[in-house]
Amino acid sequence: MNASMKKYGKIAYDGLITNNATFKLVLGTCATLGMSTSAVNSFGMGLSVTVVLLLSNVIISLLRKAIPNAVRIPAFVVIIATMVTLLRMVLEKYIPDLYDAMGVFLPLIVVNCVILGRAEAFASKQPVLDSAVDGIFTGLGLTCALTLIGIIREFLGSGSFFGMQVMDFKIGFFTNAAGAFFVYGICIALFVFFTDRVDRAKRVKKAQLLRVPAQPLPAVEEEEVN
Amino acid sequence: MAATILLIVISAVFSQNFILVKFLGICPFLGVSKKVNSALSMGIAVTLVMILATLVTYPLYTYIMVPLGIEYLEIIFFIFVIAALVQMLEKIIEKLSPALYRSMGIYLPLITTNCAILGVAELLLVNDLSQVVAGAAEGISMNLGFALLYALFAGVGFTVAMVLMGGVREKLEKLPVAKCMKGFPITMVAASFMAMAFYVFALL
Repeated sequence: MNASMKKYGKIAYDGLITNNATFKLVLGTCATLGMSTSAVNSFGMGLSVTVVLLLSNVIISLLRKAIPNAVRIPAFVVIIATMVTLLRMVLEKYIPDLYDAMGVFLPLIVVNCVILGRAEAFASKQPVLDSAVDGIFTGLGLTCALTLIGIIREFLGSGSFFGMQVMDFKIGFFTNAAGAFFVYGICIALFVFFTDRVDRAKRVKKAQLLRVPAQPLPAVEEEEVN
Repeated sequence: MAATILLIVISAVFSQNFILVKFLGICPFLGVSKKVNSALSMGIAVTLVMILATLVTYPLYTYIMVPLGIEYLEIIFFIFVIAALVQMLEKIIEKLSPALYRSMGIYLPLITTNCAILGVAELLLVNDLSQVVAGAAEGISMNLGFALLYALFAGVGFTVAMVLMGGVREKLEKLPVAKCMKGFPITMVAASFMAMAFYVFALL
C-alpha cells in the first residue's frame, strides 16, 4: 500500500511540478495563449483538456497491447479526435457560453501536444490506473498554470477577478496578443527560477547529510518542441 | 472584388496574423525558429500543406459532409485528411527532389500536429466572408476561391512571422540574458514586442 501510494505521489508530483506541461515543457502553447484572456475561460479550457487527457490516457492504456506499433500515432490521433468530438457535443448542449468562448480552440484540442505527448510517453507503456493518475495530474498542472495566467491577464487587463470587478483600472496591453506572450514568458521565467531554487536547496540538504560537497546544478536543458 | 481580395491579403498576413494575433501554430514558432533558414523552410512547408488541406477539406465539408448531415465528424475527418496529405507530400518530395527533402523533410511530419493547419480548415467553415476577414463587407458568401486565397496568405503571414522571429533569435543567442529568462521566456517576451507591432495593423 505504502509503495503504491509513493508511486502515485511521484506521478502526481511529476505531472504538477517537475514536468508541468505549461511552464516546464512549454507544450500546448496555442491554447494557453489564446484562451487566457479571462480566468473563467482559461479554467474552462484547462478542465476540457484534463477531461480529454484522462479519457484518452485510459483508452490508449487499455488498448496498448492491441495497437500495432507501426500505426500507433494515427490510432492515438483518432482516439483523441473522438474524445474531443464528444466533449464538443457535451459543451455545446450544456455549457454554451464556454463553447462560444472557446471557438476554434475547442477542435484544436486534438492537436494539443500535451495529450499526444502523454499518450506516446506514458499511456502507451503503463497500466490503466497509472495512466489515469498521470492524466488527471498532468491536466491539473496545466489547469493551474492556465488559470494563473488567466487571473493575471484578467486582473491587469480589466481590473476584475473571475468576472467580478474589483479595481477600477484597465491596461489594454494585457488583454491583447502582446500581453499574452509577455505574461506567459514572465510566468515561465518565475517558475524556472523558483523550482531551481527548491531543487538546489534539496541538493544542498542531501549533500550536507551525506557530508559530501554540493554538486553544481546541471544546466537546464531546452526541450525541442514541434 | 479587387478590394475584397486586397482585404483578405492584408487581413491574413498582417492584421489577423496566425501566429502573432490568433495564436495558431505557436509550437513551430518557438521550436523551429532558431535560425532564419530553418524558419523559412518550415514556413514554406506549412503554407504548402495549408493550401492543400483547404483544397481538400473545404469541398469535403461543403459538398459531402453537409448534404449527408455528418458535420459532427469534421474533427476526425479533417485530422485524417491532414495526416494523409502530409505523409503523401513527404513521399512525393522525397522522390522528386532529395535535396529539398533533406532541407524540408524533417519539418513535414511535425506539421500534422500543427494547430495552424487544422485551425485554417476549421476557421474557413463559415457562410459569410466577414466572419473570417475582419472588416469585409457583409453579404459576400464564402467560396472555394476565397478559402484558398485566405489559406495561401495565412501561410505567407505564418512564414513572415517565423522568419522575423528567426532573425531576432539569432541575435538573442549572443546576448547576456539572466539564467531563468534563457530559452522560452526571453523568446516569449521578444514575441510580445513583435505582436505589438502587428497589433497596429488591426487598428488601421
